[in-house]
Amino acid sequence: MSTGLVVMDPTGESAPAARTPLPLPASVAGKVVGLLDISKPRGDVFLDHVEGKLKAAGAEVRRYSKPTFTRPAPTALRQQIAEECDLVLEALAD
Amino acid sequence: MNQRYVVVVKADCPTCQLITPMLEALAPRESLALWSQDDPAFPAVPGVQHDVTLKASFDLGIEIVPALIAFSGEEEVARCEGWERAAWQSILEDPSLGAELPPLRPGCASLSVTPPHSERLRAERLAARRVTLGQDEDIQEALFDRGWSDGLPVVPPTPERVARMLEGTTRDPAEVLGDVPPNLVPVTIEKVAVNAVLAGCKPEYLPVVIAAVEAALLPPFCMHGLLATTYFSGPMVVVCGPLAKAIGMNSRGNALGQGNRANATIGRALQLVIRNVGGGRPQGVDRATLGNPGKYTFCFAEDGDPQWSNLNEDAGLPRNANSVTLFAADGVQGIVDQKARTPEPLCRSFAEALKVVSHPKMVQAADAFLVVSPEHARVFHDAGWSKETVTKTLRDYLTRPGQELIRGAGGMEEGLPRALAERSFEKFREGGLRLVRAGGEAGMFSAVIGGWGASGTIGSSPVTHEIRL
Repeated sequence: MSTGLVVMDPTGESAPAARTPLPLPASVAGKVVGLLDISKPRGDVFLDHVEGKLKAAGAEVRRYSKPTFTRPAPTALRQQIAEECDLVLEALAD
Repeated sequence: MNQRYVVVVKADCPTCQLITPMLEALAPRESLALWSQDDPAFPAVPGVQHDVTLKASFDLGIEIVPALIAFSGEEEVARCEGWERAAWQSILEDPSLGAELPPLRPGCASLSVTPPHSERLRAERLAARRVTLGQDEDIQEALFDRGWSDGLPVVPPTPERVARMLEGTTRDPAEVLGDVPPNLVPVTIEKVAVNAVLAGCKPEYLPVVIAAVEAALLPPFCMHGLLATTYFSGPMVVVCGPLAKAIGMNSRGNALGQGNRANATIGRALQLVIRNVGGGRPQGVDRATLGNPGKYTFCFAEDGDPQWSNLNEDAGLPRNANSVTLFAADGVQGIVDQKARTPEPLCRSFAEALKVVSHPKMVQAADAFLVVSPEHARVFHDAGWSKETVTKTLRDYLTRPGQELIRGAGGMEEGLPRALAERSFEKFREGGLRLVRAGGEAGMFSAVIGGWGASGTIGSSPVTHEIRL
């Protein structure tokens, strides 16, 4: 990995320097799960399949899509997902 | 005698060039190590070592080249920096050494004490963990993402900047100042310096920041409770003494406002130490219901008014000492009185404004600072009133019958138990009202800065702490 600026840690150093992912929920039952289609071809096919699995597991599913896969999701869309969902899955594959 | 010698030179030094013939004569000595800081081919003798990292020069503490150091075992027994023929002859025990050279030539600065090498070398000795940002990360966004900011942009704390910051103090970077709440993490001078860089401080501010951190950790200040309270308060820093002026702090127009780097960054650095080292964050252990904008930074200098005692003297320090006074402060409440020309009516105005600190019916709870502006202070000075006289008058005016303060009085449920109706109460506890001078020369405006409802032994007392340079 290429590296950038080196800075000194201003904290009490009780947490790891590298950020860790949030813990996975024990269950999706009762959770609102957002599925973000990045607008690549056939992303919808994949997400349809995932939606079926999530619903079978008791999740409420909401679908979103980016206007174009070439740019980051617009701020309004990210905020909408953050407001409406507990979890989000993003389909990246072609 | 079983001695060994180290000689350090650089090609880019006329004195080193001048003594080259003598160095060539010396080089065959087995007991002598010859280091070149810049050109590995200088001087043109066998066995020259290239101090490419300058670490050898740095570890030897060399400031001037050419440098000659003699060791007996591991102990340094003699040193000469620059060319002093008699000293070199004596150290190397050779009375004919350099006879053809002039008796004295000053040397040049060692590369190990020249920027940027000096900062890199000093930074290598620092202990804080290094965090490598991603090459494509926006530096400012990366620092926000790591949670190191109070919400405003911070200066990236590169090792070189931290090393420069530490030039502002003579104290050991490894010295531990105490445990920072809420996580009670030991804080070193070095960690304070890292946060001072983040805050935007200059190195010359560092002793003030260190003193502010030390003061915050004094038990009477109760920093843990102050952080954790649902109340509005945060630490306010008042700097008193000649250092305030020397580092360019503002005690005059807009002293409590924005626009002065020292005022802004010293107060901010203290808050960043609490946030980053102690782990005290809003909606975490910081349970403030509303907080106040001074929790970004709240720091100003006291005006050196010769007619009143200053905060140093109030704390028993010499008038010309340098100190910080910390107070668990809320926001600023203005007092306008443009009519008073004698002390008593002005004290009446001040007392009415002070009465409402926390709640008009609360007494013996929060402390307060009264910031007296020059035009208001002039009213007292013209009448010959000292700070003590003003304070005593305010205490008298702020003594009220329990009837006005009990629950239900004035139609307000807030208040003292009804059983206290027949007593009278001073608004502030003993020592709970403090006066300080600051402000621009125009404007008959002063300010009340109310404090945390938990004062004294229950909570926080103002603390004054001397600044060590």
